[in-house]
This record gives sequence, C-alpha cells and structure tokens, in this order.
Amino acid sequence: MNLYLIGALVFWLAAWALNVWLSNLKPTRLTKLLVPLIFGITLLVIWEWVVRGLEVKAVLLPPPSMIWERFISDLSQLGFIQMVFADGPISFGCGNSKLCADFVQTFIKGALSGYFIGCGAAFVTAVAIDRSPFLQKGLLPVGNFVAALPIIGMAPILVMWFGFGWQSKAAVVVIMVFFPMLVNTVQGMQAQTAMQRDLMRTYAASYPQKLLKLRLPAAAPFIYNGLKISTTLALIGAIVAEFFGSPTVGMGFRISTEVGRLSLDMVWAEIVVAAIAGSAFYGVVALLEKATTFWHPSQRG
Amino acid sequence: MSDIVIEAKKLSLTFETNDGPVHALQDVDLTINKGDFVSFIGPSGCGKTTFLRVMADLEQPTGGSITVNGMSPEEARLKRAYGYVFQAAGLYPWRTIGGNIRLPLEIMGYSKENRVRRVKKVLELVHLDGFENKFPWQLSGGMQQRASIARALSFDADLMLMDEPFGALDEIVRDHLNEQLLELWAETNKTIAFVTHSIPEAVYLSTKIVVMSPRPGRVTDVIESTLPRERPLDIRESQEFLDIAHRVREGLRAGHGDD
Amino acid sequence: MWQRFGPVVTVVAAIFALWYVMAVVMNANWAYDKARRADVELGFSELVVDTWSQKKPRLPAPHQVAVELWNTTAMKSITSKRSLVFHSWITLSSTLLGFAMGTVLGILLAVGIVHNKAMNLSVMPWVIASQTIPILAIAPMIIVVLNAVGISGLVPKAVISMYLSFFPVVVGMVKGLRAPDAMQMDQMRTWNASKWTTFWALRWPSSVPYLFPSLKIGVAAALVGAIVAELPTGAVRGLGARLLAGSYYGQTIQIWSALLMAAALAASLVMIIGQIENYTLRKMGMSQ
Repeated sequence: MNLYLIGALVFWLAAWALNVWLSNLKPTRLTKLLVPLIFGITLLVIWEWVVRGLEVKAVLLPPPSMIWERFISDLSQLGFIQMVFADGPISFGCGNSKLCADFVQTFIKGALSGYFIGCGAAFVTAVAIDRSPFLQKGLLPVGNFVAALPIIGMAPILVMWFGFGWQSKAAVVVIMVFFPMLVNTVQGMQAQTAMQRDLMRTYAASYPQKLLKLRLPAAAPFIYNGLKISTTLALIGAIVAEFFGSPTVGMGFRISTEVGRLSLDMVWAEIVVAAIAGSAFYGVVALLEKATTFWHPSQRG
Repeated sequence: MSDIVIEAKKLSLTFETNDGPVHALQDVDLTINKGDFVSFIGPSGCGKTTFLRVMADLEQPTGGSITVNGMSPEEARLKRAYGYVFQAAGLYPWRTIGGNIRLPLEIMGYSKENRVRRVKKVLELVHLDGFENKFPWQLSGGMQQRASIARALSFDADLMLMDEPFGALDEIVRDHLNEQLLELWAETNKTIAFVTHSIPEAVYLSTKIVVMSPRPGRVTDVIESTLPRERPLDIRESQEFLDIAHRVREGLRAGHGDD
Repeated sequence: MWQRFGPVVTVVAAIFALWYVMAVVMNANWAYDKARRADVELGFSELVVDTWSQKKPRLPAPHQVAVELWNTTAMKSITSKRSLVFHSWITLSSTLLGFAMGTVLGILLAVGIVHNKAMNLSVMPWVIASQTIPILAIAPMIIVVLNAVGISGLVPKAVISMYLSFFPVVVGMVKGLRAPDAMQMDQMRTWNASKWTTFWALRWPSSVPYLFPSLKIGVAAALVGAIVAELPTGAVRGLGARLLAGSYYGQTIQIWSALLMAAALAASLVMIIGQIENYTLRKMGMSQ
C-alpha cells in the first residue's frame, strides 16, 4: 500500500465521520453549506491522491491540481480590459486565453443569443395561442412529443444551413429550448383555479386585463421552470453543435480537438468553465425567480 | 318597483352529466328587496350555490327568468352591479392585501387617488388597517376572508353575493366575523345574499331565510325574520331566535322527508 | 374522436404543409442555378417538382425522407451496414443498457439519500448542481479515456447514457420516497414497523407515481446520450454515426432519415414506459 492511497482512505473516513456528526447537529445555514462543501472537497482530495497513488497517466485522468494549473495558466494570458476612448466602445480582450475565447464564442454568442431568441419566441407563441383552445390542444401534445425527441440531432442540419459560425449554434439552441419553454408557458397560463377565473368574470374584466393581472402572474412559476430547464439545454446545444463543425474556437471544438491530442487537462479545464458557466446561468435565473415569485409556496418553504 | 333587487320567476337549471340530467334548480320563485339580508340554507346539492352563481351570471339558467337590478344577470355583471365573496378567500398570493383589494378597482378603471382612498376605507371597515402591505399567506384564514370581503366592498356595488364565506373557519372566528358582517351591513346599507349551511348563522344574520331542498333543488320555505336589525351575539339565546331556528329546522326536515 | 384528435391532426398537417413549402423555398436557389446552367426557363410547377426531388437538397421533402427510410429499413437486410435498423439497434442497445444501469443507480442513490441524513445533506446539493452542468460535453472524453484503457464498443456509450438518465431518476425518486405524509409515517410508528417494512409497505408504493415520469425523462436523455456518444468515435455505427457521416458528405436525406428514426425510437421508448405506467398504476389502484 502506498501513502497516497492510505491518505485518501483516511481522509475519506475522517470527512465522512465529520459529516455524519455535522448532520446530526441542529440544522443551520452553516451546516447546510458546510456538509456538501466537505463532501465536494473530499471527492477532490480522493481523486488527487488516488490518481497519484495509482500513478494514473495524465492522458487518462489528470489530477485536479494539474487541471487547476492549466486553468490558471490559461487565464493568466487574459488580455486586459481595453478602454479605447478614442474609438468609442469599451472592449474586452481575451488576449491569448483560449478558455476565454471559447467561452465568448460558445456561451455568449451561441448559447445566450439562442436562449433569448428561443425562450422569447416560445413565450410570444404561448401568449398568441392563449385565446385558441384548439391550437393549444393541438400544440401541447406535439410540443410535449418534440420536447422528448433527441433534438440535438438537428445540429448537423442547422450547421449546414447557417454555416460553421456561432449562428448555427444559436439556431440549435433556439430549437432545443423552444418546445420545453412553450409547453411550460402554455401549462402555466392554464394554472389558475376556477375560482380565480370566476372572480375575474364577476369583475367583467377584459381579455388584456385577465392576461396581465391573472394569467401571466399565475403562470410565472411555470415560466421560470421552463427558463431553468432551458439554461442547461442551451449550453449543451451550443457545445454539442460544435462537434458537427465550427471555426477553430469554441468549447465544443476545443474539447473534441484536445481529446484527440490527449491533452486531457485542457479538456477538464473547459469542463470546469462549462460547469461554472452552467451553474451561474442557472443560478441567475433561480435568483430572479426567487425575487419575483417569492409568493409561491415552493419559494417560501 | 325600484326596490326589487333580485326577481326570479320559475327559474330552472339542469346540468347534463354522464349520469343523466341533474336538476340543480327547479321552478324557483323569489324576490329580494333592497337592503335585505337574505340567507340561503339547505343540505349540499340543494342548488343554493347554483342560485347565487346564476345571479352572478356564472351559470346560465335553462328555464324561467331572473333579473338583477331590473336587468339580465349578464348586463348587471357588465355594469359591475355586485361584489362576490367565494367560499375560500382566493386572494392572489403575488399581491399584497392592499394590492388584492386594489385589483377590482384597477380593472374597473378607478383613478389612482380614488383607489388609495377606497382601499384605506374598506380596510378600516373590516378592521384590517395596518395590514395593507402584508401578503395573504402571512395572515390567518379569518383575516384572509375579511380581506376578500373588503375586496368585494371596495367598488360601488349595492349587492353582495356571499357563498359560504365563513364555511372553512372555526366557530369562534366565525361568530366574530358574523358580528362584523352585521355591522358592515348596517353601515353600508347593502343588499346581501348569503349562502350557508349553518342554521344559527342564517337566523342570526338574516332578515329573510330561504330554505331549500335537493333533487330537484327548490325553495321549500321563506321565513321573514322578526328579529330587530340590531343584534347582539346573545340574541341567540332568546326565545324568538330559537323559534325561528326551529322553523328553519322543520323546513329542512320537511324537504329531506320528500327525498 | 375529432374533439380529441382533431387539433393534433390539424397541427401535424400544418407542420407537414409548412415543411413542403419550406422545401420549395430553401431548395429554389439550387434549382434556379441548375436551370441557368442548362439554359432553361423554370416555371413554377417545374420548380416545385425539382425542389422536391433533388439529390442533395438543403431541406428534403417529407416523401423523400420516407422513401429513404423505407429503402434503408424494409429493403435492406438487417445485418447490412446500410440498414437503418442495424444502426438503430446499435444505438438502442447502448441506450437500454445505460438506462437500466442509470435507473438502478438512481434508485439506490435515492434510497440512500432518503434514509441517511449525512448523505442527504452532502450528496443532494451536488446532484442538483450537476443538473446545471452540461454533462453531455464530457461525453467524448469518457469515450476516449475508456477506449484508452481498452474498453470500447457498447459499454462507454452505455456509461454516458447512464450518466444522463440517473439524475432525473434520483430527483424523482427522492421526491417519491418522501411523498408519504407525516400522518402516514406516524401510523407506521404506532405499529412499530421496521424501516424495512415501512419502505416496502409505504415508501416504495408511494414513490411509483413519481418514478415513471422520471423514467420517461431518463430514457429520452439516455437516447440523446447514446447518439452524442457515437459522434467522437470516428462515426462508424449507430444513429449518431449516421448523422455525422451524413453531415460530412452532405447527405441531407440520410441525416433526416436518421433523425426521424431517432425520433421514432424516442417516442416508442417513452410510449412503452407510459403503457407500463398505466398498467402498473391501474394494478396498484392509483388511477381509474
């Protein structure tokens, strides 16, 4: 037995004991934060020491420390924020940082623009068909059906139509997020109770009044659900679409080429960026939800 | 003639269901005068709620005629002639208490300062002043129901339709709200149609008690109350009160015997 | 009948009509190009005929895809590399294996989370957080790494399918196993029931209505995982490989037929689970 492996085992047992002890304390905000944190750190430590202990080759699984070094060394090549007052707008340079350039290409240009267009179009469609039960009855099953399909397979077609640039990635994202968002919004707009509808009727409220004052607020939790599901889909769509063709920049491009060159530390660094971007994106939408639908039972708990 | 608020003649309503037609209302005749407090009492399925919903144009009768303020129920609804209080408070959780009371005022296009004034006034009427900026889920069930009454009072409707508004509340809260409702009625001089399944509640509140029976839903007795308009809670122990309650119970039993 | 299916039929018909119209619009350029080179004037009806029958159209018309589907399924022997049934089976087998592994893993993890406080506090936040991470991006790496240690073929793809399908199962099952309310749990306590009995008599049956919707999401995710996992392996076998090969050589009809095949596969898998769900819930008396 070598020391790294024994160390990993001991660390694991100690951390687990600590977590068991912490979980049996009175639950506070601190323990709720501490326990998963300790668990996460334990995983990283075990990973690091097991990789070292078993002398796993870096082309198979690099230790976290190596990934971290790669991450930092790449980000250290970030260009500074260049304020070009003479030319007008403030520009942000990625310098020689590949991670940054990939992030801008895939997340900002591909995923975000597709997300906004797709969710926006779905929302508008849902409101537009709100007054037609016929269209709703028709579109809801179709939308549910399409939402379960492997839409990501549309990627090669869209790359063919819109070229290798970020536009085709945005198009993939639009199609991926459209149906889940549509289905959620349509369902949400039907989420009022019979009593709430009757109340609006006793007020002889007009259609726009009903829409603004009852249906949309009542639909908000559903709409946020669609928005949250779509954050993950958007990032997946933008990355995977790059496997079908991309310029020489982008997270999906980098992952597939660096895997081919067996420099897995770079791949993992990309995954770290994707994980941070994905969680942050989701987190922002979740915070927005908390701020605006604080009244919903699921948010009060 | 102008004193008549609701006038129903041979009113019928039949629901078509998978198990055949259900006669929710059959040949109901009733007149409600201005300033009346009318209770509808009867076992479940006797059509009392359906009757109220017909007045509110939430259901369409299948026979007979009914007028509200001399108009059809639909015209009355479009003129916003009544305030409706449902079984549950049904406040919007995303609006504050003040916001909920403002809702009908916004829809009906009242001016901003008018809205502020009215919200303040009705909150005082139901003794909820100070709770304007609280959210419904921060209030007790009784307070929520008071807010929903305030919501129905906030605009200029002389008619209040109340569908078992206190049904889900406990006895003590209910007594208290009954007392307040009588005060409100005296202060605002509104006409109230009130559905309940509690005999003491009906007798305590009403100037007129309509006893109904089920299958088919129809009126079996209309009792004009002889109690004075001023009613302290302990009037419920008076002989007069018990006599009226007895008559209501007899009416209910008679309706049940037919079944 | 019309009440129920009319709207759906109408919407689907509208989609097909739009598809045909778009085929004309998108393939028109190429048709005009050809006509110019051949020096012929192109009337509208000839344009329509041409745009619906090109060899490598930008958007193939539905009937072209249908013909391709027919030719590559019914007309080819199942073992042929040109048979779409063969490729579908490759994808389906890793989907099913991964889905089965993911379901078992997900249920076990959920049972652990529900019964162990420390596990609930430490694992659950990561399960939720990992939902927000584009796991599919790791797919090529897992394939290559497993290849490097000598594991290839079915298993690496199944691992990715498992990875994608176990999250919905965990989340759904945790909710389901916690579905019994306090009163029902207290009832079990009054009978001094063991954890084991409580699990089999109360928690497990209560979780079934939650399990099936998760399985539907899981199986769809497993299929997506299997298809994406086929992309980086050099594109030899499977529906993902057909998609990639089609995009290399501009074989749009092949892409669309693979896509529709994948859609049909996903739909049937979800439908089968839906049928099992209906049957089970009816047997358990949970639905009419």
